[in-house]
Amino acid sequence: MEALVASAVGVMTAAGIFLILRRRTFPVILGLSLITYAVNVFLFATGRLALDAPAVLNKYEDVPYTDPLPQALVLTAIVISFGMTAVIVMIALSAYLSSKDDHIDMSASDSVDAPGEDA
Amino acid sequence: MTAQTGVSHLSLFLIAALPFLGAVFPALLIRAGRNAAASAAGLTTFLALMGLLIHIPSVMRGEVVTARFDWIPGLGLNANFMLDGLGFLFALLILGIGLLIVLYARFYLSREDPMGQFYTYLLLFQGAMVGIVLSDNILLLLIFWELTSLSSFLLIGYWRHLPEGRQGARMALAVTGSGGLAMIAGMLILGNIVGSYDLSVILQNKELIQASPYYLPALILILLGCFTKSAQFPFHFWLPHAMAAPTPVSAYLHSATMVKAGLFLMARMWPVLAGTDAWFYIVATTGLITMLLGAVIALFKDDLKALLAFSTVSHLGLVTMLLGFGTKIAAVAAIFHIINHATFKAALFMTAGIVDHETGTRDVKRLGGLRHLMPITFIIGTIAALSMAGLPPLNGFLSKEMMLEETVHTTWLNSHYLVPGLALLAALFSAAYSFRFVSHVFLGPERDDYPAHPHDPPVGLWLAPAFLVVLVVLIGLYSAAIVGPLVAVVSSAVIGGEKLPYYSLKLWHGFTPALYMSAVATLGGLFLLSLHKRGDQIWNVLPRPEAKVIFEAVIDALTRLSRWITDELHNGVISRYAIILIAFTVGIGYYAFATGTIGLETRVPLPAQIIPIIGWICLVAATLAIMWFHRNRLLSLVLIGVVGLIVSMAFNYLSAPDLALTQISVEVVTMILLLLSLNFLPTETPWDSSAARRWRDAAISVVAGVGSGALIYALMMRDFAFPTISEFHLANSYKGGGGTNVVNVILVDFRGFDTFGEIIVLGIAALIIFALTEAVLSTNVRGYLLNRKPHWPQSGDSHPLMMVVATRVMMPIALMVGAYIFFRGHNQPGGGFIAGLIVAIAYLMQYMASGYTWAIERQRFYYHGTIGWGVLIAAATGLGAWFNERPFLTSDFGYIHWPPLEEFEWATAILFDTGVFLAVLGAVMLALDSLSRFAWQPGMAQEFPMDINPLRDNPPEDENEKEQA
Repeated sequence: MEALVASAVGVMTAAGIFLILRRRTFPVILGLSLITYAVNVFLFATGRLALDAPAVLNKYEDVPYTDPLPQALVLTAIVISFGMTAVIVMIALSAYLSSKDDHIDMSASDSVDAPGEDA
Repeated sequence: MTAQTGVSHLSLFLIAALPFLGAVFPALLIRAGRNAAASAAGLTTFLALMGLLIHIPSVMRGEVVTARFDWIPGLGLNANFMLDGLGFLFALLILGIGLLIVLYARFYLSREDPMGQFYTYLLLFQGAMVGIVLSDNILLLLIFWELTSLSSFLLIGYWRHLPEGRQGARMALAVTGSGGLAMIAGMLILGNIVGSYDLSVILQNKELIQASPYYLPALILILLGCFTKSAQFPFHFWLPHAMAAPTPVSAYLHSATMVKAGLFLMARMWPVLAGTDAWFYIVATTGLITMLLGAVIALFKDDLKALLAFSTVSHLGLVTMLLGFGTKIAAVAAIFHIINHATFKAALFMTAGIVDHETGTRDVKRLGGLRHLMPITFIIGTIAALSMAGLPPLNGFLSKEMMLEETVHTTWLNSHYLVPGLALLAALFSAAYSFRFVSHVFLGPERDDYPAHPHDPPVGLWLAPAFLVVLVVLIGLYSAAIVGPLVAVVSSAVIGGEKLPYYSLKLWHGFTPALYMSAVATLGGLFLLSLHKRGDQIWNVLPRPEAKVIFEAVIDALTRLSRWITDELHNGVISRYAIILIAFTVGIGYYAFATGTIGLETRVPLPAQIIPIIGWICLVAATLAIMWFHRNRLLSLVLIGVVGLIVSMAFNYLSAPDLALTQISVEVVTMILLLLSLNFLPTETPWDSSAARRWRDAAISVVAGVGSGALIYALMMRDFAFPTISEFHLANSYKGGGGTNVVNVILVDFRGFDTFGEIIVLGIAALIIFALTEAVLSTNVRGYLLNRKPHWPQSGDSHPLMMVVATRVMMPIALMVGAYIFFRGHNQPGGGFIAGLIVAIAYLMQYMASGYTWAIERQRFYYHGTIGWGVLIAAATGLGAWFNERPFLTSDFGYIHWPPLEEFEWATAILFDTGVFLAVLGAVMLALDSLSRFAWQPGMAQEFPMDINPLRDNPPEDENEKEQA
């Protein structure tokens, strides 16, 4: 089971990194989503894996519990990463609609800025 | 606050805080008129001054008043204030002269100047200065020190329409700010040597500090801060350029207060830093050079304020030199001269301002003969200038005598004559420029080409300098009676509470060397003035380094360098940054793997069952397919949905039901979001990387993937190296938090502060999205969107009946599920986060099925408000704990038994969870609502999805009439 989780994390990380190295916005967003999955699973797995041991206390008998702390951290991470994905999507969308171009790299002509001198 | 409380101690805080608090009022009251703004500023200053004056008895007894408040004790940063003689003197100067400046500025500034702003800046500056002189903690002192740099920047650049003002402000900030940075380093070293950042402790450790090998670096760094602030050579050049400020600012900052901050600090640190050779040669030499150089330049300046600026530089040099001598009697002379200089120099600046105000020029060459036209100004200016020249019986004479007397006793590298000789020369030039101020402005023939017709100003303008001049005379005549006790108290504070040396403040000391030197300086000054025309010609042809040009060249070079570095490193190619980041991370990871030791596997792997293997195959296949088919954007979106689904199932399988619920609901909203955005983006990604580049990227990705997979595998196969804190959470979840779902209890209770921060972040993200939408839709993008043709052929029926009916029927059920998930959250998987997402999905279904317009019409609240309420409710729940004298966000719970219901639990955590719920709901809805607005096109409003609304088709008569009316 551990090998499955670890290899899944590895595959998702690799695919995510490959995608964020693309030069258009949409693949980068997809890549970030994949990395988000990978990171969330990674963090979750630092609590070690357990089957049928949710961290819901049982009043009546003594049962094992999985580690609740990484779960709480990952839960908020999932929600926050939704917020961040939404922001990136909006930035990408606004940039594309404003310039009709979805390259993430600044072209050479964009980077020559007028010297901001005042006198 | 520690044990020392009581009114008198509290008032120290108030003295330092009042100007900051009062700074709000002028800015607000300026609508009520200039007098209101000025009165607010004056009243604030007056109150702070009164607060200071009530300490006179204890200060005069030589006591040190302290007020302590632990701010960040872990860093040694405490808001400790102390008031001893030295602090009292400076606070008196700052607040007393501040009061006069407030009065003067009211009449000086013109109707066009934004006066409210001026007083706000002035009070901020005043507060920062008072903070410096009252701080008993050097870290606190540094904060105030930087604040003076910032607020003086605002004041110097107050006339922002003048290029000189802006340049002068920038130069002052650059010089004093960088000096301040050096001083931070020096102070930190000092604090490290002593092991405490409290001044009162540091001042007790002279031997420890001077024996330390870090004494010299600390000394140099601290002195850099002092010298830049007090305009000592070679940093003197900023002060004359800062004279572009309005005259009240010059009179306040550049004669009485800010430039004295450096002197203050040298005096403050005198007991522990002074007395070594390094101190003597650095400080005394710098002071001597500055004194001479400033005096010489001042003589040849035609701008009245420039003349005064360089004279200030010279006098600051004088005080620095006296402090540098390191003898107790020289320290007394330094303190006495600080008092005297503040009185006559502020009066002179105000006089120069009056002349400028009334004649329209400050150019000495265009002035002269004003004594009959402006008699009051003439008297004030002359007395102050003669005091500056060092003539008896004025106060300038007394301290100058003391200074000359001290130089006679000083040897510099075995030379007995160097220091007194140069000091005499400086005194001679000083007398010359003082006489020039009087004779070239007020004496001589009356002219008929003044830019404006000069006459004495209203009393409001001359009252403040007149008051100071009265002090000049009185201190000169009755020095021992008026300032004697003050000088004694301050001096003993400077020299560290040791016994004061013998000195006497009086006009006649007999025929001493100092008296002869004074006479020579005065006569020589008169002689020099008579040669001024020739001297001026020679001076003007002499080549001399222009500080401003050098400064600008240095700044230009630095700007070019930093721009070059920035452009080279940060050239806008984001994929390159990503590569650098990832390659670096992989490298660091490899280094850790290669050099660290890995323990043995201690855990037995869980058996892999058939269903998880199938899930794994789906996930890996989908992920690889995304990589392969990512050019087809819609397909990759579908595939990423598969990945998300399997991740949710894995969470559920691996005992994390809360995560599974969250993941799957986030999955739904993310998919909707991405699909919506894909509507407006190209549907295909074109090929634009070369094959070599793709292989390189693939290689990096594979290495990173293998690394992260191996790391988590290694982690999972081993037990924790240290005991985890999870046991605590499991043990206390029910006892302390009142819930059995430990994950939820952690979120809303144990780590509620994190959650609180996170919902705020989420809310901010949603507001950013809203703001971006607003910004983009207000440009010509809107026109493009309105005329956009969809990528794909549209369905004939945009609101299919089946779907409309199904979603509306499901709406109450979905809301019920949301409520259920929410309420069970504390004890069973669920909670505010998940419930918020579920309810958001319930709303989104209506958007999708019945259309944006239809949904918006039925919306009774704004999502911004929902986010705001969520955060507020969560905060209020947290604050509630304070009323029960518990820390922020401590939760409470109990049990209620209402027969025949089963006993159930209440917990304040549920209120907090309500906040989380509302914030999540609002944020998700605001984000998607914003995105939906991109899709709105004319004509959509007319399509009513299966709507039975009698009001619309058959509006009642009376309502129709109401609308028409």
